[in-house]
Amino acid sequence: MRPTRAIELGTGLFVLLGFAALFFLVTQITNREIGIGDSGYRLTAGFEQVGGLKPGAPVSMSGVTIGRVESISYDFTEYRAKVVLRIDGSYDRIPDDSDASIFTAGLLGGQYVGIAPGGSETFFRDGDQIEFTQSAIVLESLISKFLFSKAAEGGGSDTTEASGK
Amino acid sequence: MKQLLAELVDRAAESLSTLGRYTLFTGRLFAETPRALLRFRLVVEQVHNAGALSLVIIMLSGLFVGMVLGLQGFDLLERFGSEESLGTAAALGLVKELGPVVTALLFAGRAGTALASELGLMRATDQLTAMEMMAVDPVRRVVMPRFLGGVIAMPLLAAIFSMIGIFGAQLVGVQLMGVDQGQFWSQMRGAVELEDVMEGVIKSGVFGIACSAIAVHEGYHSAPTAEGVGRATTRTVVISSVVVLLLDYMLTAVML
Repeated sequence: MRPTRAIELGTGLFVLLGFAALFFLVTQITNREIGIGDSGYRLTAGFEQVGGLKPGAPVSMSGVTIGRVESISYDFTEYRAKVVLRIDGSYDRIPDDSDASIFTAGLLGGQYVGIAPGGSETFFRDGDQIEFTQSAIVLESLISKFLFSKAAEGGGSDTTEASGK
Repeated sequence: MKQLLAELVDRAAESLSTLGRYTLFTGRLFAETPRALLRFRLVVEQVHNAGALSLVIIMLSGLFVGMVLGLQGFDLLERFGSEESLGTAAALGLVKELGPVVTALLFAGRAGTALASELGLMRATDQLTAMEMMAVDPVRRVVMPRFLGGVIAMPLLAAIFSMIGIFGAQLVGVQLMGVDQGQFWSQMRGAVELEDVMEGVIKSGVFGIACSAIAVHEGYHSAPTAEGVGRATTRTVVISSVVVLLLDYMLTAVML
């Protein structure tokens, strides 16, 4: 019952094909183009509101992905969210007065950090903090702000009407 | 009335002992695994039987499942004007659910039945008893390589199924329905995470263990008659299918 050469060949082919398929699934259909290994450098940014931002979300400048969000935690000394960004090493000429904002990709897309370059001559280095940040827009607070301002307007007109009578 | 009650108790006891037999047998299979892996040539032969010989049916099914997914997905997504997400929908559906589950069901039908009837026939023709008389443990010599062959083959088959399926969906979605090729792939890459692929691999690994254990158990413990072999084969397919679908729900709930 020793395996013959044909069986060995068939099995080898099958195993090879199987691992090739697995390799294809892991590398080709998942998003691995920016390996957030130990390469690159870290920046931190404080936000009042991070909204739905998640670790692994892209960091982009003008729509080009230059890094990933590494971690999000709450900073009790400043009482706001602390977001650690890992930027790819090749993007090392970001002015140190650049500002970071949290945007939403599309209407239903995920959130990402957008960096708009400033005009400084010196660049960010590993461990620097981004001073200028703009929080994520939370739709509910936007709507409630709108509604309350409408209600205030409506209430105001009501009282003027009442006083006019 | 009393007779009915006695019969009911009998039935319950029988079901319980079947479950116990399964558990003990599976435990034995796990305990024998390290030793059986040393006799790798026997395992290779069974990987060939369970895997390489199932390749054609797996690839063909994968292609058609992927194609129908492309067609249905396109029809559904077009209503929301987001047919570019077809790649994401097809890839996630295949990698996480359809790949492991359909592969396991096909595996139970193609390789599981072959294992069960082979072992059942060995039992019916007293080959297993003959081995015992020659002081060769039939579990070690015959059952273990077949079990391990199935366990090794299943994740590879599921990966091949998913890959072919994605190409099938691409074929229908891009070539036939006119979804943009770049959008199809880039949206897929953006949405599918490594964890999703791993979920599929873990699932198919568990299904491989379950299907192979059921097949060898049914074959090994089949009644030594022509009817017994037939029944073992049927039971293999029925039990495997139910267990796979049950496990699928539980694994999904745990890993989601």
